[in-house]
Amino acid sequence: MTGWIARLEQLRTHQAAPWLGVALIVLTLFILPFVLASVGTAWVRITNLAILFALLSLGLNIVVGFAGLLDLGYIAFYAVGAYCYALLASPHFGLHLPFWIILPIGAAVACVFGVLLGAPTLKLRGDYLAIVTLGFGEIVRVFLNNLSQPVNITNGPQGVTLIDPFRIGKIDFSRTDDLFGLAFSGPIKYYYLLLAVLVVAIVINLRQQNSRLGRAWVAIREDEVAAQAMGINTRNVKLLAFAMGASFGGVAGGIFAATQGFISPESFVFVESIMVLSMVVLGGMGNVWGVVLGAILLSFVPEILRYTVEPAQKAVFGRLLIEPEVIRMLLFGLALVLMMLYRPAGLWPSSRRKRELSETDQS
Amino acid sequence: MRTAQLLEIRNIEKRFGGLTALADVSLTIRQGEIYGLIGPNGAGKTTLFNVLTGLYVPDRGEFEFDGANLVGLKPYRVAESGIARTFQNIRLFGNMSAMENVMVGRHVRTRAGAIGAILRTRRTRDEEAAIRSRSRELLAYVGISQHAGALSRNLSYGDQRRLEIARALATEPKLLALDEPAAGMNATETAELRRLLEKIRSDGVTILLIEHDVKLVMGLCDRVAVLDYGRKIAEGKPAQVQKDPEVIRAYLGGALP
Repeated sequence: MTGWIARLEQLRTHQAAPWLGVALIVLTLFILPFVLASVGTAWVRITNLAILFALLSLGLNIVVGFAGLLDLGYIAFYAVGAYCYALLASPHFGLHLPFWIILPIGAAVACVFGVLLGAPTLKLRGDYLAIVTLGFGEIVRVFLNNLSQPVNITNGPQGVTLIDPFRIGKIDFSRTDDLFGLAFSGPIKYYYLLLAVLVVAIVINLRQQNSRLGRAWVAIREDEVAAQAMGINTRNVKLLAFAMGASFGGVAGGIFAATQGFISPESFVFVESIMVLSMVVLGGMGNVWGVVLGAILLSFVPEILRYTVEPAQKAVFGRLLIEPEVIRMLLFGLALVLMMLYRPAGLWPSSRRKRELSETDQS
Repeated sequence: MRTAQLLEIRNIEKRFGGLTALADVSLTIRQGEIYGLIGPNGAGKTTLFNVLTGLYVPDRGEFEFDGANLVGLKPYRVAESGIARTFQNIRLFGNMSAMENVMVGRHVRTRAGAIGAILRTRRTRDEEAAIRSRSRELLAYVGISQHAGALSRNLSYGDQRRLEIARALATEPKLLALDEPAAGMNATETAELRRLLEKIRSDGVTILLIEHDVKLVMGLCDRVAVLDYGRKIAEGKPAQVQKDPEVIRAYLGGALP
């Protein structure tokens, strides 16, 4: 027994240990979709949706976590990205541009919307900013709902259908291809693509965090007047936070539209903004890994509940007493309350937040 | 000895509604001196600071700093042109470490943008390393190296004041404007502060100092201006100003026996 522990310890402190760990994680992430697909393709789709939410959370993390600007309308940028893709790659306008052109366009358009939201709200903070961003999110949705007249741009509440899937050369993301004896279904291909985008997003977040710009964001969050006096152009730096956060949403929205093949304003309601914000807060505002963890947990737990609560109740009571959806929201609310009481900095807080909340004030 | 003037303030007026906080204030600060600004509470000292650093726009008057007119510039532009300040009620970035606070001060003298940070280019990495080493130097310069990693809000009061000075120095100012740096300090801390300010001056930074500690002002400043109800009532060497009947009246009240 002790021999085992000693050998494990040896393994852990071995200089190759970090690389071994990375290799294990890469391998796990690589085979994960096939394992999930063997349970049911639905789980691959759920994973993809979780990664999309992780992307959104990382984008919102820049605005809320780093710069401290409370944004309650973040889903609007997701909508903008999704509609960009849908309109440029569907029979609606008869346009079928390839995704690698549309995604940057979607990101850029979302950036513009980010600046549109940021510019008039530069002087607002806290509650006031939250209310304006909330309104912004709703305005975008209402526009999407009503821009079917006089010129039909968004097709109103019916949404846009028959959206093109991604295509790289001959590889079509809506079909199953056999490669190396493995069946690469559509969702599995999207999974790998999303994973790649997520890695890029994480790297961007991490590198921004410890940069000149990242410090400027935190400085603004801490004390805007002092930040200005130290020579930070707060207007530009805040707009950059909004724009950069929005671009993440734009890219995620584009991929969302392609995976679904159909989008409507229904997908971009206020609750979605709150959901993304909850992921950021629950996971650990300001910490990249915490935010990703929050997104994955809040995406998966409800689905797991959906598949377990109903059978469990039927097994115990012989019938369905409480709808899974009700239990889901109940647990979600409970989790949030408990988190705020016992782990206010999030499940995996940033080192800064952890210090903020653990060290006592001496002054 | 005549030295070049660094800052010329001409006929500055600032009103808040019916209250005239600054009325026709003019003063000149020369290169390399320590210039004291004193006056009773509410005399307009901090208002003058805020006008000077771009937080308020004056209703009338001009500043000429190092040959450029600063009136109407945003605070970050003022910092860029070489004026750095501290605040009367310390305004550090409380939840950043002491080191990070100083690093923020380097912002205005560095260039790296979002793209550079994402790609982590050679230039960005070199610049980041330079920011770190300069910040470490500045922490040592003001004597709080040992607290580099501590959250700034957890530092002692005196150390917070020092950190604010280090952060301001990080912007490479030509003029360092200090708003009551000795407030709340004990005698030992004040003596240390005085040594620090003398060191800063000898390193070529001009200092504008608002201070209530008369002993500190009289011992440290080359020249002093006295504000009362938004007007400059006296200016000159500390010893002269101290004897000025108008100044005594402002501090001690109306009729003298």
